[in-house]
Amino acid sequence: MSVEAREARQPWILLSPALTAVTLLLFIPLIFIVIYSFWLRTATGAEQVGFYLDNWREVLSDRFYRDILLNTLKIAAITTVVCALMGYPAAYFIARARGNKAILLLLLMLPFWISYIIRTMSWINILGVSGAFNSAMIWIGLIDEPIQMLYNETTVILGLVHFLLPFMILNVFVSVDGIDTNLEDAANSLGATRWQAFVQVTLPLSLPGLAAGGLLCFVLGAGTYITPLILGGPTDAMFANLVFEAIITQLNWPLGSALSLMLLAVLGGLVLIYNHYLGMSQLAKGLG
Amino acid sequence: MTRKMDNTTRYERLRERYMNGDLERRSFLGLLGAAGLAYGVQTPFAKFAHAANVSEVRFDGWGGVVSEALRENAFEPFEKETGIEVVDGTFGGGDEYLSRVKASQPGEYNIAHLSGVFDYARYHNLGLTTTLNEDNIPNLQYVIPKLVDVFRNVTDGKLSCVPYDYGTTGLAYNRKHVSDEEMKEKGARILIDENLEGKIGGWGDWRTRIWYAALQTGQDPNNATDMEAIWDAIRTHRDLALKYWGSGAELMSLLAEEEIYVTEGWSGRIYALQEQGHDIGYMDPPNGYGWQECMFVIKGSPMEACEELLNFMLEPQTAIAVAEGQNYPPALDPNKVDLGDKIPKLPAFDPTGKLDGLTFADPAYWNGNEGEWSKKFGRIQKGY
Repeated sequence: MSVEAREARQPWILLSPALTAVTLLLFIPLIFIVIYSFWLRTATGAEQVGFYLDNWREVLSDRFYRDILLNTLKIAAITTVVCALMGYPAAYFIARARGNKAILLLLLMLPFWISYIIRTMSWINILGVSGAFNSAMIWIGLIDEPIQMLYNETTVILGLVHFLLPFMILNVFVSVDGIDTNLEDAANSLGATRWQAFVQVTLPLSLPGLAAGGLLCFVLGAGTYITPLILGGPTDAMFANLVFEAIITQLNWPLGSALSLMLLAVLGGLVLIYNHYLGMSQLAKGLG
Repeated sequence: MTRKMDNTTRYERLRERYMNGDLERRSFLGLLGAAGLAYGVQTPFAKFAHAANVSEVRFDGWGGVVSEALRENAFEPFEKETGIEVVDGTFGGGDEYLSRVKASQPGEYNIAHLSGVFDYARYHNLGLTTTLNEDNIPNLQYVIPKLVDVFRNVTDGKLSCVPYDYGTTGLAYNRKHVSDEEMKEKGARILIDENLEGKIGGWGDWRTRIWYAALQTGQDPNNATDMEAIWDAIRTHRDLALKYWGSGAELMSLLAEEEIYVTEGWSGRIYALQEQGHDIGYMDPPNGYGWQECMFVIKGSPMEACEELLNFMLEPQTAIAVAEGQNYPPALDPNKVDLGDKIPKLPAFDPTGKLDGLTFADPAYWNGNEGEWSKKFGRIQKGY
């Protein structure tokens, strides 16, 4: 075998474990889900095998699913904006810190060492009727009766921000950290104020990181179902909760498959749009 | 010193040879691939080879105090006596568990603590039942006959489970905010009382919501005639409720933390709260929701080991200890077994052993409407 042929084969050999894993764990299950979405649920909960469009007709034409999907996208969008507003200053501070950035980054990663569910449930002890916030307010004398703060859309967004903020900070940090500080100095020497240098130089250069963080926050936020279950009220469901209910509660795997494919299509479409305009390389840097 | 030749050791030796240059890369990868293939191919069939020598049985239950009681009083003594390990898992609800079983390989799940005859019937309809050899479960003789018969009716006189305990889903209320008199007066309608808006809870289970809506609208829960009235009552409850709870632990937390003042609740869990000193009242309204739980053996399980465990669990001494731990009366017939001092004080306990005072869900009625009602409830729950 020639050297060229061996060199041409080498990337495929190196990629083969990852490709095998992706094929076995993602593509093949996805094909099963597509097939399932054309089956029907029988009265006993078993599946009727065949090619039926009923599930797709229901998912695409029923206002109920559209409304929940729009509400999910709204919650994910609000969460992303809040994460961006809170995350950018923190990321900028870490990137420009003169001390040990590694410690600051380690602190940022600390929450990942605790289960996401436990972190979400911690809000019950903070904002609950008998929680830390109400107890402190009553003790100080600012209120007489505890305020009901939990189990609404606001606490769902709060829980999502708590979960997703580190993803935003990491992506923006990678972007800001890679900007040469001499560029800001040059802008200052040409008469720009620090604010003008930030707005006209640093911010535009860091936008790819902000966009990558935004995409991650949006996609992860729109796909969550644990947070609304723990921190939401009776009507605060997101689209992933519909998938969960169809598959787990109603034992309707065909409908659940159609719903999950619909969510995948919407979020996948957003990723494709992002990739078209900004490319996936920034996202890979932030995740790395 | 010799080292046991397990798969890890094999891989390490192979890797060492490769790193030393004794093995070509192609051979190394080929051998790894062959090892992976061999492992993947043999694993699904390994259980048949191991079946003759059962070393563990998997049990799944409701978690919390229920699982603790079973672990302490039944599984640990069973493991000591037989050497068979009981691996116990938990689930939040019967629907969730059925999905897991449906997605599993035969034999992956063995025994489940199922609630209600309707669940038993669902498993039967999905072809997941077995036939127990009752000769291997002599302690079945102590069980209340009525509890056994309802299961036999579903599976043509045979059994795929043994009844284990029973209880009710009644009304739980915080006595600081709702009096016993008010509860007696309002009954199930307390859950749609506007004065308690934001302090009402409820289980997010479609059967329970429909059952209580039937009581609120004056209908027979096992034969409702006006479903529109029921859906409206569910909507009213939804709009007044703070939260649907999803597990016994969440129910206890919401009541103990006074996030909610009134909800329907599981009798044993409420008794546990009372034992902890919380001033929580409990009442079963007329036609309140009674249920019986069973230990169900799933198709593909090692039958003899499962039957041995079931017989051990039905041993009066064990069943009483578990019942006292989980606060649900055992399925043992009080006319045949002395149940001690604590059990007669538990909510839902029937000293006659006839259970005439409890209303159970009619499996044919509920399972016949399950597909439509669970879906409809899912929509109403989300504001529709």
